[in-house]
Amino acid sequence: MTTASGDVPAIEFKDVVKRFGDNVVLDGLNFSVPQGQRITLIGPSGSGKTTILRLLMTLEELSGGLILIDGDPYTHEYRGDKWVSIPEKRRRVVRNRVGMVFQQFNLFPNMSVLENIIESPVHVLGKSKDEAVADAERLLDKVGMTEKRDFNTNQLSGGQQQRVAIARALAMDPEILLLDEVTSALDPEIVADVLGVLKEIADTTDITMLLVTHEMQFAREVSDRVLMFDKGQIVEEADPETMFTNPRHERTQEFLKAVLG
Amino acid sequence: MGDIWSWERAWEVLPELLRGLVVTIEATVVGMVIASILGLFIALAMRAPTRWVRVPLKFVVDFIRMTPLLVQLVFVYLLSPPWVPGLVIGFIVLGVHYATYMSEVYRAGIEAVPRGQWEAATALNMARGRTWRAVILPQAIRNTLPGLGNYAISMFKETPFLFAISVVEMYTAAQQYGAGTFSYIEALTMVGLLFLAVSYPTSLLVRRMEIRLA
Repeated sequence: MTTASGDVPAIEFKDVVKRFGDNVVLDGLNFSVPQGQRITLIGPSGSGKTTILRLLMTLEELSGGLILIDGDPYTHEYRGDKWVSIPEKRRRVVRNRVGMVFQQFNLFPNMSVLENIIESPVHVLGKSKDEAVADAERLLDKVGMTEKRDFNTNQLSGGQQQRVAIARALAMDPEILLLDEVTSALDPEIVADVLGVLKEIADTTDITMLLVTHEMQFAREVSDRVLMFDKGQIVEEADPETMFTNPRHERTQEFLKAVLG
Repeated sequence: MGDIWSWERAWEVLPELLRGLVVTIEATVVGMVIASILGLFIALAMRAPTRWVRVPLKFVVDFIRMTPLLVQLVFVYLLSPPWVPGLVIGFIVLGVHYATYMSEVYRAGIEAVPRGQWEAATALNMARGRTWRAVILPQAIRNTLPGLGNYAISMFKETPFLFAISVVEMYTAAQQYGAGTFSYIEALTMVGLLFLAVSYPTSLLVRRMEIRLA
């Protein structure tokens, strides 16, 4: 994109610091994601990939630095020299642009499949119930779950739950979708189904995506760029072809050897 | 005096005991309604971010838990204006006393809701109040049903303390009968059996609920 608005990155991390107690997970991380790009984060566990997604979803509080969404401050900002937390009310405005799918699905077990999907479109976006239901039905069709519309979530298999969770996230019409190891809790034979759904979404929308995954083949198919993390730092970044066939950094070579065998 | 046990007397006292049983059940039901609602509010208030709410509330809750129900009943009874019916004092004291225990049941129920539920609610940008109402409480309250049942049984068995504030529930009725006839055995035996007849099936129901929710 060459238009002025297209120059503003969808996501920008500026000197982001995240500490858990004495454990420094991210120590001054900088990176940005252009609008509509699909980025895969790879790296050993504990390298900070999931923390990045969780910070973007405000599930963790920043310890320092800034996260900008479309150039807008999200959870913190500088007022003069002072680094201050942005109150929940303002965070919610920006958070509407971000959606997330979790490893453990996290569907609401006290609601039906349909109720899970229309909950926030109705109560957060203020859609009418009829409109939300129509949208939900379209999404259920997209993820192949139409016939489970009125089921309880505990009647569904893991793969089915995850497809509902994907529909639920998409129902909020996010500009940015965070996918946190979405197939890690699934049986191997189900993984391809869920990845198929995600591939279709990647092909048919322009949602900016940030994914943490161990499915390297999938990462290769959908992502525009792969970031290799180690100890909270980006050690290498490249297009997937280069990253997976010809990694330059020693840590990347070791890591890929370990996961690809 | 004569016989130790007289079936005649047992039948004679039964209608009064049944009238007492109605009061006993009333006290338990109204007391549990108060305990369930107030207990939930205590549990929620204990999560308040400011210590100015939590610390004094914790003190009051501990105070109520650490002092005997009987003493609380008599204390409130003596402080209340004489026109307040004893049964109303009974409702309130039983309700407040058990609310302090119910709040603990709610706390456990709320904490048993997995973190992922909160996170999903945040990811869907749900407002705090809506998250509580639509996601957390429905799941938490389901977890509390067996605890609620157990405390209802426990409260039911403690209603004889209402004797101390002249509420004619089952035990008081038996005492009055005994005082009038100088035979307590039949009346008190019947009271025990009536308590058992209500508590035992209820406890089976609670156990079934526990198994279903497990």
